[in-house]
Amino acid sequence: MIQADLSIILPEIVLAVYAMLALLAAVYTSKDKLGPLLVWSTGGLMVVLAAWIATKASGTHVAFGGMFVDDGFARFAKVAILLSAAAVLVMSQDYMSRRGLLRFEYPLLVALAAVGMMMMVSAGDLMALYMGLELQSLALYVVAALRRDSVKSTEAGLKYFVLGALSSGLLLYGASLVYGFSGTTLFSGIIETAKHGEVTIGLLFGLIFLISGLAFKVSAVPFHMWTPDVYEGSPTPVTAFFATAPKMAAMGLFARVMHDAFGLAVQDWSQVIALLALLSMFLGAVAAIGQRDIKRLMAFSSIAHMGYAMMGLAAGTQFGVQALLVYMAIYVTMNVGTFAFILMMEKDGKPVTDITMLNGYARREPAKALAMLVLLFSLAGVPPMLGFFGKLYVLRAAYDAGLAWLAIAGVIASVIGAFYYLRIVYYMYFGDEGEELDSNNQPILWGFLMASAAVMLLGIINMFGVEGAAAAAAATLVN
Amino acid sequence: METTLLFAPLVGALICGFGWKFIGEKAALWTATGLLFLSALLSWIVFLTFDGHTETIEILRWIESGSLSTSWAIRLDRLTAIMLIVITTVSSLVHLYSFGYMADDPQWRPGESYKPRFFAYLSFFTFAMLMLVTSDNLVQMFFGWEGVGVASYLLIGFYYRKPSANAAAMKAFIVNRVGDFGFALGIFGLFFLVDSINLSDIFEAAPVLAETQVTFLWTEWNAANLIAFLLFVGAMGKSAQLILHTWLPDAMEGPTPVSALIHAATMVTAGVFLVCRMSPLMEFAPGATSFITVLGAMTAFFAATVGLVQNDIKRVIAYSTCSQLGYMFVAAGVGMYSAAMFHLFTHAFFKAMLFLGAGSVIHAMHHEQDMRNYGALRKKIPYTYWAMMIGTLAITGVGIPLTTIGFAGFLSKDAIIESAYAGGSMFGFWALVIAAGMTSFYSWRLIFLTFFGEARGDKHTHDHAHESPMVMLVPLGVLALGAVFAGMLWYNQFFGHADKVGKFYGIPVAEAAAHGEAHSDDHASDSHADDSHAEDSHADDSHATDSHGEDSHAKDSYGEHHYAFVGKPGEGALYFAPDNHVLDDAHAAPKWVKVSPFVAMVFGLLMALWFYIWNPSLPKRTADTFQPLYQFLLNKWYFDEIYDAVFVRPAIGLGRFLWKRGDGNTIDGFLNGVAMGVVPFFTRLAGKAQSGFIFTYAFWMVLGIAALVTWMSIGGGAH
Repeated sequence: MIQADLSIILPEIVLAVYAMLALLAAVYTSKDKLGPLLVWSTGGLMVVLAAWIATKASGTHVAFGGMFVDDGFARFAKVAILLSAAAVLVMSQDYMSRRGLLRFEYPLLVALAAVGMMMMVSAGDLMALYMGLELQSLALYVVAALRRDSVKSTEAGLKYFVLGALSSGLLLYGASLVYGFSGTTLFSGIIETAKHGEVTIGLLFGLIFLISGLAFKVSAVPFHMWTPDVYEGSPTPVTAFFATAPKMAAMGLFARVMHDAFGLAVQDWSQVIALLALLSMFLGAVAAIGQRDIKRLMAFSSIAHMGYAMMGLAAGTQFGVQALLVYMAIYVTMNVGTFAFILMMEKDGKPVTDITMLNGYARREPAKALAMLVLLFSLAGVPPMLGFFGKLYVLRAAYDAGLAWLAIAGVIASVIGAFYYLRIVYYMYFGDEGEELDSNNQPILWGFLMASAAVMLLGIINMFGVEGAAAAAAATLVN
Repeated sequence: METTLLFAPLVGALICGFGWKFIGEKAALWTATGLLFLSALLSWIVFLTFDGHTETIEILRWIESGSLSTSWAIRLDRLTAIMLIVITTVSSLVHLYSFGYMADDPQWRPGESYKPRFFAYLSFFTFAMLMLVTSDNLVQMFFGWEGVGVASYLLIGFYYRKPSANAAAMKAFIVNRVGDFGFALGIFGLFFLVDSINLSDIFEAAPVLAETQVTFLWTEWNAANLIAFLLFVGAMGKSAQLILHTWLPDAMEGPTPVSALIHAATMVTAGVFLVCRMSPLMEFAPGATSFITVLGAMTAFFAATVGLVQNDIKRVIAYSTCSQLGYMFVAAGVGMYSAAMFHLFTHAFFKAMLFLGAGSVIHAMHHEQDMRNYGALRKKIPYTYWAMMIGTLAITGVGIPLTTIGFAGFLSKDAIIESAYAGGSMFGFWALVIAAGMTSFYSWRLIFLTFFGEARGDKHTHDHAHESPMVMLVPLGVLALGAVFAGMLWYNQFFGHADKVGKFYGIPVAEAAAHGEAHSDDHASDSHADDSHAEDSHADDSHATDSHGEDSHAKDSYGEHHYAFVGKPGEGALYFAPDNHVLDDAHAAPKWVKVSPFVAMVFGLLMALWFYIWNPSLPKRTADTFQPLYQFLLNKWYFDEIYDAVFVRPAIGLGRFLWKRGDGNTIDGFLNGVAMGVVPFFTRLAGKAQSGFIFTYAFWMVLGIAALVTWMSIGGGAH
């Protein structure tokens, strides 16, 4: 029995054991000098694991009495998490080495966070959920404050930690309410209670607290406040990491809890999530306009994008989950490319985040500016970039589910939001000649930028098959 | 062969327009011209070998949508064949002529390349026009219709550095929009009623339409009358009939070859072609056809009066065109479609020639167009003089009365005037006879002012006046042949006895006895015949059952007219209803009717001689004496001024209002308000909320959850 359980969670075990062994090995050998090597080996291992998970036998497997679920949905989310984490890790290596930030713990913390995330999307129980979430969060608190000598970085880490603790408290409180009113922590058990008659008010309160805790993780309004400060304060590679894999994991967990545990009370949570989605889209769009710092801008951008992704979740349908997965996959790819560009923004070797520094960039770096233009158009949802189709997907899901008002609001918000993306394009192409940024074409970053931009253009043909995979994944979650 | 001749001009246009940079300017021009001559040659072969039976040549399946099923196909019948030779012949000659005329144009700087563009437009126009006349359904025809509209727009505005040319191009396009709206409504109406836009289906359904009532706007209409009227509105726009005629004189801003090809010989006759093409429908729409007759006659008269006093050589010919188109519509209106086509056919030759001749004069006089600055050019440009002379003899209708010997215009115009009389439209008849007199006057006036008298205007220009090159004179010569012989050669086919006409158009004919019976039967059930074209024959019928014998008709030696048209609608290229005997009646018209246009012509000629040769000071004095009338005519009956006041200014005013108030203040104001007021306000608000203090953040979180819990427990899903 235990053998079977272990074989199901083998990828997680491999990654966790690797992280611990590497930690020990590094501590007792040359410590930080091993950093680059560990970055590459961690990244490589993640890619291998992603490939393994992607090609693993299909079907749904349950381990540890239902606490751990390995189904199509989890596999889709895990592949996205591992690939994006690996990509961001590899991108950060040069940046962090040159600034002496590349401690050997960094790749290993990322690996442990990834284990937590994999646990989250596979959770079949409130305990497993909390365990995965905390494993991820603790690793993230630390990497946010990786730059210990910087006030901003420390502040970011601290803020994230304190607020994260608060949200954990809310989540735990919700979990205990749910347990109290349903008598079980297993999702499959919770859904049984809802089956017999209505959702009791206690269960409903528990649900709302759970949603609040999860909304913090996906940085949905009004639980988003930490996001801009943490994005700005953390070292840029860490910001890139925050913007990608954890968002995917949190969204996966969100969908998992809502559908697996409360799948019969869609009416109850759908309106709450719709409201959060609405607020997130508008706040993300409106607040980003005031930002001159590209990292803060990307923070608000990610808030808006999470709003759109939640629109798919709010639909409460199988197609909605499919839309959510497609949207997240596209979002993660866009962000990898965009942060590759941001990582290359340097002046005299120092990172630059002011968007006005991009004035006249297109004249000096036409290729990079063009790639960034494609990405920004995609982020804004301009056809025919892939980002447009992601938006189209969630809008359709919301519309089909009878949330036409939400879809219309989403369109309006995307129009407002287009402003700040296009403003960057404006600076790059029509801005006055200003101070010049360094022209550093690190091959890895350059490659990720170009590849991501190319995906935005070429993906419109068949989305590289993501569509079908997402449909299959959604089918295993919602039935 | 038909497909080749149809697409050759398009290929020419594409090669010339897009390829001239690769193959060189000269080669491009010759390619376009060569392809058009090929097209013309094939057209003549088609015309001469055509046996009268309608053929359909499908090119591709085009539209399949619901019950709308349409092919892109060529409908080849006599009407198409006539139009084919008219279009391709004139077009190829105009291409050739343009080599000389456009050789060096003062509108362009040295080294600028404008000729390939000009030739490409001409070829494109030809293609669109062929598309129009060969179509076997109305949508395809509409494509051609709009295609020639675009080509006309491009060519009128060819001198795009001249503001007046641009204005004229827009005017032509916009005025045509009014007509096209009617045409489009007609097509919609037909599709609504017949459920098909293919000509053959429409023709078959025509008798049914005559019995159908439709509600349109606020009242009930007879379907056939309504549709025929709407289609005619389209024809009015394209053929510059009264009310919608204002664009044609202004269109003379285009280069002269364009005026010859588009605004004289081909495009403006599309309306006449449309009415003839729809003859099976028109025959069932007595109300609409009497309207066509009256409007055509009014146009013929109006345009002729204006033509009397114009001084610009091209404008005189433009008004002449307008007037001649009126003639054609009168013929079509009284039911004599073949006479309308006859005049269309001959008019294309002599009018194109007059324009090309005028172009040659203008070329010789260094782009001077005012006839008051001409005079005594007979010796300087003898070939042009003779060409213009032949054209004038043709348009004024010189020939030997009561025979079929004469210039082209003599035969075709007289045919129309006789038809008008026979069709019972006395108004039409007298308007046309008077207009014929005026036509003669202004045509001779043009000749006398240009070639006789003494040289006026700039002396230097007169000294340097020179004959045009061969490429310009050859087209004139070819067209002169047409102007002289086209009438005599094809008189019988167009306006001879019913059996000849029937054979030419592929319409079945039968012995007169059968015609008599069919006729009286039809008369019994004929309840909707209108006054204009059926009254006369009706009178006949009631008096003597089987004969037309009555006063003047008495001379109609009945034995001569054995045949009558018996085809069903859609059989053959034209359709004549059983009660339509205009052809026979026209042949039987009294002698004074047949002679009257000749008399009018001689009178016009004498007046012109008196005014411009014998007593050159007379025009000035007459103009002074009848100053108000002179001004009225000179200002074209003030149509432009009235339109300007009634339509243009209010439209501009409305547009300005919508632009400034509607678009500028309301829409832009709203959007700018949102973009610059509301959104930034919230942006600042969001910025303030982002205080950076951890307790604020925590406070928002707690506030959020409190709000959610409250909402859910009060209004939400709590049960």
